[in-house]
This record gives sequence, structure tokens and C-alpha cells, in this order.
Amino acid sequence: MTTTRKQTSARVLELPDEKGLVEAYRHNLFLKVVFIISCFAVLMLVIGYSLAVGQGITVSESYEIMMKHLAGEIYPLRSEMWWKDYFIWNNVMPRVVVGIIGGCGLAACGAVMQSIMSNPLADPYTTGISSGACFGAVASLIAGVSFASLGSGYTTVTNAFIGALVPTMIVILISRRINATPATLILIGVAISYFFNAAVTLMMVTATAEDLQAAYLWQVGTLTGMTWSSVPLMLVITAAGSAVAMLFSKNMNLLTMGENSAKSMGLDVEQFRMLCLIMVAVMTAAIVSFTGILGFVGLISPHITRLVIGSDNRVVIPASMIVGALMLVSCDLISRLVSNITDIPVGVVLSLLCSPIFLLMVTGLKRGRGVY
Amino acid sequence: MEMKAVDLGFRYYDNVILSDVNVDLEGNKMVSIIGPNGVGKTTLIHCFSKILKPTDGRVYVNGKDIEDYKLKELAKIIAYVPCTSLDTFPLTVTDTVLLGRNPHSKWGSLNRDLEKVQETLRLLGIEDLAMRPFNELSAGQRQKVVLARGLVQESQILLLDEPTANLDIKHQMGVTRLLRDYSHKQGIMVIMISHDLNIAAKYSDEVIMLYGGNIFAKGSPKDTINPENIEAVYGVRSKTVINNGRPHVILEDDDDPKTNICAGA
Repeated sequence: MTTTRKQTSARVLELPDEKGLVEAYRHNLFLKVVFIISCFAVLMLVIGYSLAVGQGITVSESYEIMMKHLAGEIYPLRSEMWWKDYFIWNNVMPRVVVGIIGGCGLAACGAVMQSIMSNPLADPYTTGISSGACFGAVASLIAGVSFASLGSGYTTVTNAFIGALVPTMIVILISRRINATPATLILIGVAISYFFNAAVTLMMVTATAEDLQAAYLWQVGTLTGMTWSSVPLMLVITAAGSAVAMLFSKNMNLLTMGENSAKSMGLDVEQFRMLCLIMVAVMTAAIVSFTGILGFVGLISPHITRLVIGSDNRVVIPASMIVGALMLVSCDLISRLVSNITDIPVGVVLSLLCSPIFLLMVTGLKRGRGVY
Repeated sequence: MEMKAVDLGFRYYDNVILSDVNVDLEGNKMVSIIGPNGVGKTTLIHCFSKILKPTDGRVYVNGKDIEDYKLKELAKIIAYVPCTSLDTFPLTVTDTVLLGRNPHSKWGSLNRDLEKVQETLRLLGIEDLAMRPFNELSAGQRQKVVLARGLVQESQILLLDEPTANLDIKHQMGVTRLLRDYSHKQGIMVIMISHDLNIAAKYSDEVIMLYGGNIFAKGSPKDTINPENIEAVYGVRSKTVINNGRPHVILEDDDDPKTNICAGA
């Protein structure tokens, strides 16, 4: 029995030999870093290919054009290189950058939510963030309602951002009044989701066909039409949130043994969980308000990561971020490759490709080779 | 080190779990808390470790009200080892045990912390499991890992909820003996919940017998673990044999309907 376990587990490493535990531990850590670096290298290749597609240039040429642009090189107006530079910098690069930021942010949020809820099914939207964001966006797209006046061009974005924060605030307010376990938090989130989803449906049934399409596409999530103006807010919030998530990773490890153990090791669990919920809400809101609801990245990236390098949050969070970025940029690339006739939103590609992966993982669990 | 409870009470809404519990423990010794299921043993040590806030009375640790301690400060004084642990997102055994160093960990302390982890794993005879994921271990192995996590916390008071529940008889004796010796040699207080009266009697310096949310008896094993108390608290007839000054309980099965929990089923 023991032999079978050893053979089937990808995460069982050699037992500490006479060199001692310190060396075995460092070796284990080194392997995890190698995984992160490998994913990063693949991500860089995918980014290069993504920039080169449709331009008749190679990956290295696409990088060269980017480097030269960043170095300030200016080409003769409307020359071939000018067009290439223009296309890459203004059309492709923003969606790739948003893809990287979105993938990183949603994956980090997914890993954090799964840890603080001690639930493998948790994702950034568990507390109802997606339904609140949808409500905000659809209110703008269909009913023309604006929650804040930041200029007509940003109504959908600001509505979605504010809408995304509302469910988490409700969850936090309710949980402060009762002794809320993670299961209670999830159930409150589910109830809020149903409420907002009903409101969204109510608006949609009254909409014109054109508004309905816009509202529906927003809910699927897309990187099409991203511009550099989408980047700053997302970047700043995602970078700050991810840094905090990495600082919190040690505390998330304490929660792996259960709430009582974590408390006895010095963690104020309730306060920590609330801080994480606020952080996840702001990060997710900043991303989905621009991209729409991108599903699966936040759920699956941490699982794929844990499958390979185990559940230590100190490495799961950064590694999930790179896996999430890789997943989103790759799916966006695929959607661009197959979108010659009609535009396929990246959210659709994500779900089409990631659902079978998720299924494989779940059935892998049945064979004793799954993540958990 | 000192652990004191004054008029301690705990209730969930109207359901009283503990009432008027007074405990005054000090010094490096091994204390066993015994009593039937649902009598409030776990609730008591949860109150001792600030996991639960008592609804009545106070708990004092080293003369200071436990409510005045920050959790991280308290974690350096009290370690708590639960009887079950989550395994949703399992860490390796080393990482799991390393969590116990959290209250003490500083920048650059990893190597020293790992050496302590290795030393403790060796002490419990589970060094070969160091790199295994926690969820692939047997119940007994898990229990030893969680115990190791409590030991590396290097606290003055160690609270254990049935630390030997999943161990075979040899390992029950080994672990309890280790805890008693650890208590005496390292100068710490070990407070352990136990359902095994003979293990508690053999290794404890002091026994607290709980019944009906209150302390029924406390004192040396010889004074507390006797046929009268066992019958009153557990509803079980027994006789005790004194061996090396400590009682050994022999249960008597006399088909008494009072002791048959399946009666009428």
C-alpha cells in the first residue's frame, strides 16, 4: 500500500538523508522556484507569439519591436515598421497586458479565497462579486443608470466596480453580527448572488436586442477592445493586492490546519479573514469592471499549481499568478487565432478549454491522483 | 508557569457547558482532564487557550488575565494541539510542523526552525515522514505530526485534546511517557484530555475529573481514579488495583442495564 502511494504521488520527494532536513527542504523549495521560472518562460514565449500573430513576424522580431518602442525609436510615418509598431503597441499590447494583470489578479484572489474559506470550490466570486459587478454593468448598459459621475465613457466600468464591492460589504456586515464560519460566508454570498442575478435578469428581459447582446457579452468576459487607459487602475490595485496576498501567505498556511489551530498559533482568524475578503473584493472589482466576468482562471490556476508544487501558500500564490496569466493570455491568443469570422470572447475560450481540464482533475481525484 | 480559572462558565445560548469551574495549576507537571463525552473537556481547554471566550468568570495565565494577552503573545506561552486537523490543502509534514514556529519566527530563522523541526520529528520517531504530504498519513501518524507542531512551539503550557486517541497501545504509552518526561525535564505544564483512565493514571501528576460541566474531583491519580468516582461519573462498575502507587482500572461487565447504552434499542 505504502509503495503504491509513493509511486502515485507527484509530490512525494526523497526522504531526508544524512544531509539533513534543511538541505531536503531547500531542495524542495528550489524545485518549486524552478516551476515558477519555467511557467514564466512559457508565458514570455506566449506573449511574444501573441504580439507576432497576424503581423507576419517572428516572436523575436515582436520583442525587438517592443524593445525599440520602449527605447523611444520612431519610424517614418505610415512605413511598414510604423504600422507594425502601431498595431502591436496600440491593438495587441493593451489586451495582452490586461490579460497578464487579470490572470495574475484573479488567480491570486482565487488562491486567497480557497485558503481563507478552506474550500477548494471557492473562487474570487464566492461572495457574490460577479453578480454585483454584473448588476452594476447591466444597469449602465441597459437602464443607463450611473452609480457615480466619472464621465460618460466610464459609466459601465465605475458601475461594475461599485457593484462588485457591494456583495462583499454585505457579507462582511452580516458576518460581524453573527458567528460566521466559512460555510456561512459562502451561503451568504450565494444568497446575495441569487438576489443580484434576479435583478440582472429582470433588466435583461426588458432590454432591446442590441442592449441584450452588449450586456450578455460583458458577462462572458473579454479582452477585446482593451486600451492603455484600462491598465493603470488595474495594475496599481493588482500589484498592491498581490504584494499584500504574498505577505499574508504565511498566515494562510496557519489556516490549513483549521481555525482553532491557527488561533492557537497567534492568528486573529476573524480579523484576518475580513481583511482578505476586502482585499479580494477590491482586486477582483478592479479587474472585472474592465474585462467583464472572467470565470475559471481564479478557480483553476491555484488547483493546477497545487497539483504540481503542493499547498504551501508562500509559493502557491506567486506560482498561481503566473499560471493564471499564462492561462488567460493563451486563451486570448487562441480566441484571436480562431476569431477570423466572428469575435469569440476570451471568457468562452477559457470555459471551453478549462472545463475539460477541471473535469480531468476531478476524475483524477477518484483515481487517487487528484490534487487532494 | 501558572494556569488559573476562577468561576469559569461557558454556555451556548441556554445550553450550559461549564459552570463555576475553579482550577489552579502551577509548576512543571502533567495534568489529565478526564470525564465522559460532552462534559465540557474540550470547551475547558478552548477557554484556557483563548479559542473560546468564557461567558462567565476569568482565566489567568501567569497571573495575567488571558483577555489581556494578544494572540501572538499568548502563542509563545500556550500551545494547543487539537484532536483533529483539516487536510483540505495539505502541507508537507515539515511545513506543517514548521507552522508551530510561527510565534517565534523571525527573518532568517528558517534554518534554526528547521533544525528544531527535525529534532522533534526524530523524538517522535517520524523523521522519515518529513517530506510526505499530511493528507497521505494514517490517523496515528497525523496525530504525531500535530503533536510535533505543538512541541516546536516551545510554549510554557501545552494543551492537548486527546493526543493519543488514534495511536496503538505501544504508541499511546510512548507518547504519554514522552509528554510526561518532556514536562518534567523541559519545565513545562502539560494539560491533556484523555479517555483512557489507565494511561491518565499511569503518567499524570494530577487528574481533573469533569462531570456535568463542573469539577467532580481533582488531585493525584490515586485520589481521583477510584471505583466510586468512576461509577458516579461514567456509570460504569470497576475495581482498581494499585500498581507502583498508581491505580489500574479493571472494568466489570455485569450486564447492568444502567451501563448498557444500547438498552432498549
